[in-house]
Amino acid sequence: MSSDIDEAEEAVRVRFIVNGRKVACEVAPRDTLVDCLRNSLELTGTHAGCEMGACGACLVRLDGRAVHACLMFAVQADGARIDTIEGLSESGDIADLQAEFHRRNALQCGFCTPGMLINAHELLSRLAEPSRAAIRDALSGNFCRCTGYEAIVDAIAAVADARAAKASQKGSPE
Amino acid sequence: MKARAFSYRRAYTVDEALDAHASNGDDARFIAGGQSLVPALALRLQAPRILIDINHIEELRGVTREGEWLRIGALTRHCEMLTEPLIAEFAPLLRAAAPFVAHPAIRNRGTLGGSVALADPASEFPAMMLALDAEIEIAGASGRRRVRADEFFIDLFETAAAPGELVTAIFVPRFRCNQRICFDELARRRGDYALVGCGMQATCKDGLIEGIRIAFFSVGNVPTRARSAEAAVSGGRIDAERIAAAQAALDSDLAPPESDEVPPAMRLHLARVLLGRLLGRLGEVA
Repeated sequence: MSSDIDEAEEAVRVRFIVNGRKVACEVAPRDTLVDCLRNSLELTGTHAGCEMGACGACLVRLDGRAVHACLMFAVQADGARIDTIEGLSESGDIADLQAEFHRRNALQCGFCTPGMLINAHELLSRLAEPSRAAIRDALSGNFCRCTGYEAIVDAIAAVADARAAKASQKGSPE
Repeated sequence: MKARAFSYRRAYTVDEALDAHASNGDDARFIAGGQSLVPALALRLQAPRILIDINHIEELRGVTREGEWLRIGALTRHCEMLTEPLIAEFAPLLRAAAPFVAHPAIRNRGTLGGSVALADPASEFPAMMLALDAEIEIAGASGRRRVRADEFFIDLFETAAAPGELVTAIFVPRFRCNQRICFDELARRRGDYALVGCGMQATCKDGLIEGIRIAFFSVGNVPTRARSAEAAVSGGRIDAERIAAAQAALDSDLAPPESDEVPPAMRLHLARVLLGRLLGRLGEVA
């Protein structure tokens, strides 16, 4: 009789591999990936900031590439491999970045930090020794309202140097 | 900041996507990279009843050489413009423009076909279609057709692709060794929409400019070719006199609209400055 029931939101079952684990959950088609990660999977390290792709707080890795989790719907990620800041932390792959951010006070409130780390991780995997200008350029889509970026750029540059030094040691005959 | 409720459908072929759109009419939208569409949905500037996801249509992927043309599948991501060897060799203007498109994470997801189909007048790639003399392949109810970039951009967010039609590929005439490119833009911050931007591709012979296509973005309702400026530098060597003539010619090529942030006179001034820089650089390598 009433058409209200027709308007009830449909639910779709989606499956992904999140941080190496297979997960399934029910989402509405309009639920963004960031909302799904935070609300359904309780992975709250991915932050929802501007929800329009401007601030970079919600970056995750989708099939190995950094993307905004607010700029895609969870249904679109069905079947994909997603790595969040929790998974990257557990893997140890960004331990040096995290330590350097900590050492240099490259964060204050920490809201932007997960996105900064995911972006920095991708930058360094693409470009072993980026210039400061290249680091700033790569961070252009990550807003930090506390630090003024200087310490963040310092931290990423220091990790790049340290990784390069380590690689050249390995490469030398001794 | 939440989209209105909609249904979601994944299409695996172009026909499936077109059929799904046809049976839902004005209530349907195609979604590719979604980097412009999803914010528009979140802000409820658009509120379709159904989203048709074209990301899994295999035929829309890949970059291939087809004779004198480079075919770039509509789903080619912006980041691939920076890494795909065929783009570097046969469409270097796209590679030159790509670092200016938004931010790295947006480039990982946004698609060339989506950018061209949206036809945002402030975007880099639609204007580069004009500079490249590219052709846009459109699939619709009556089959496929190719439309020259010069005829593709009609008005603000309006193109030769009608609602319900799908941009399937971009065809770029392959870059030749006697051609030169130049690209730059002026923006308040890197990754922001440009105050004004410009890309050009010239064909040279013995240091002379035989022909040139100059395209501006962020100057009006549509990406715009500067035809008078093109004429001013064609047929000769690029020198200070020709550059000044081209800059002066912009008055008749561009008519930036009123805007609170950037008055038309300022935008036109910036366009002249940018054109001067780019032609100067082009002159050095011609």
